[in-house]
Amino acid sequence: MRSNNIILETAIKVILFIIVLFSVYIFFAGHYYPGGGFIGGLMTAGALVLLLIAYDIKTVSMILPFNYRIMTGIGLLFAIGTSAGAIFFNVPFLTHAFGHIDLPILGEISLHTATIFDLGVYLVVVGVSMTIIQTIGEDE
Amino acid sequence: MNNLIILPILIPFLAAAILIFLPKKIMAQRWISALGSVATIVVALFLVQKVHTNGIQSLNISSWEAPFGITLVSDMFSALLILTTSIVSFTCLIYSFKSIGKERENHYYYPVFNFLIVGVNGAFSTGDIFNLFVFFEVMLMSSYVLLVLGGTKIQLRESIKYLLVNVISSALFVITVAYLYSIVGTLNMAHISARVSEIGQPAILSVIAVLFLIVFGLKGAIFPLYFWMPGSYNAPPIPVLALFGALLTKVGVYSITRTYTLFFYHDAGFTHVLLQVLAILTIIIGVIGAIAYWDVKKIIIYNIIVAVGVILFGISVMNIDAFTGSIYYLIHDMIIKAALFLLVGIAIAITGTSNLRNMSGLIKRYPGLGWTYFIAALALAGIPPLSGFIGKVLIVQGGFAGESYLGAAVVLISSLLVLFSVMKIFINGFWGDDQNYANEDKAPVKWLLISPVILVILSAVYGIGTEAILPYISQAAETLADPSLYIDAVLKE
Repeated sequence: MRSNNIILETAIKVILFIIVLFSVYIFFAGHYYPGGGFIGGLMTAGALVLLLIAYDIKTVSMILPFNYRIMTGIGLLFAIGTSAGAIFFNVPFLTHAFGHIDLPILGEISLHTATIFDLGVYLVVVGVSMTIIQTIGEDE
Repeated sequence: MNNLIILPILIPFLAAAILIFLPKKIMAQRWISALGSVATIVVALFLVQKVHTNGIQSLNISSWEAPFGITLVSDMFSALLILTTSIVSFTCLIYSFKSIGKERENHYYYPVFNFLIVGVNGAFSTGDIFNLFVFFEVMLMSSYVLLVLGGTKIQLRESIKYLLVNVISSALFVITVAYLYSIVGTLNMAHISARVSEIGQPAILSVIAVLFLIVFGLKGAIFPLYFWMPGSYNAPPIPVLALFGALLTKVGVYSITRTYTLFFYHDAGFTHVLLQVLAILTIIIGVIGAIAYWDVKKIIIYNIIVAVGVILFGISVMNIDAFTGSIYYLIHDMIIKAALFLLVGIAIAITGTSNLRNMSGLIKRYPGLGWTYFIAALALAGIPPLSGFIGKVLIVQGGFAGESYLGAAVVLISSLLVLFSVMKIFINGFWGDDQNYANEDKAPVKWLLISPVILVILSAVYGIGTEAILPYISQAAETLADPSLYIDAVLKE
């Protein structure tokens, strides 16, 4: 039996995007301001949990057909890749590199390989928290 | 640059990450794990050789200079332990192929197995006390999963106990590191050691030394803190049990050795005497357990406790003979404990029971199993040509030289009782009347026997080739006896 949650569902359609945007902002702000992969990932997972509250597990997995365990694996590979990449440049493990790059619209920005490491953290956090919530939710 | 040190951690980690993508492809899981494991052994061999020729190796991760970044340090002690870990984990892995069962293999058994190796290898090679904590957690989390995987009733019950004990001891670890940090203001082990010797170990540092003994004693099962072990280790399936018995407690022993030889050696009259008393009591408790039980798994589990006591007694004596003996015995014990658990596991697979009173006459139909067990049992007790001998001799010699006659006598008597406990299994389980067991035909004895035979051969080679191996071991003992070697290698002054 599903009750009619029209207010909740409509509100979440609006709020979801704001939360996801905020989590992405926090993720990218990590190098200069408080934030980073962990809190960004948790907040994205929080947005997905809101979606789970408004709808049911089947609908959500239809909207976002991710396998969160694979996502965890990809995150780990990102982290391993950035840290082990240092080996091929003959510097100690986990040595990061950065540079300034001119992009067409954004202008000059500094890119750092630590961001890719952080992306790995982000994916692992989203993957693990969603796996936990989904497995507990699906359990009967 | 010297990225060789990271490889024993990186290879299993990479294997585990790849295996997450293929949970249902069992053959691929087996092959990738086995390849990763062999690669780790090869890398570990290179590492041992490199440390032997070029001295202590250190790697400043992400290029930050020594006290400020995380440093991985590989002296001979940790390189040898990494090599042993790789070999033991490889044999447990191939034993798992035919014994762990589809259910577990389908549910991320091999990835978690690899994560456990990441944790153990990391704990052995790190040179940073907080990083040691992190690798402890990597290892413990994997061990929680391996312990509970399968979800039988006994596993669930024992996992709760094991988890509770380890969560408490991990919290205590963090608190202890916080105390230490507030006094010495650094986390790098070499730097801590230098700072401790600058201020000459005041009483508060001796308190921290005892706290570390409690933390690592809980992980390594020394006398008053061993209570969780007989129950928890009784629960998991055999290859997991062999892995736990051979590796997990030894990480605790390694950590006690590291902290007590590198940091807290200035007030030996208090800290090391305490360690010595506890070690002797550990041996006594261990042998009491080993001769009391009629359950084959319990007998071997109590033998782990005995070995922990013997090794720590060697460390507590603080002379170079005893250090050499302890290292020799530690490596011997990792190999032989894995072999014994695997052999006992085969006997359980054949007979379907772990109660010694219900087994007999196995040697008539399984002579290979019987004689392998016999050799492993003699090696455990320390009969001369085999590997347990030289370690115990050096420990006893060191004990007499250090004038701890009581401890040395206890070590000698314990050998006798250990021999009695494992021979009890041999006499009651392998001799006697031939029996037919219900699930005898299902046990793939030939495949399962490969791993323990490899380990027993290694143990025999290790015992016979003492002359060839001794230079490596004494190099490891030198570092333990003289912390300045370690400090200079890391801080490069």
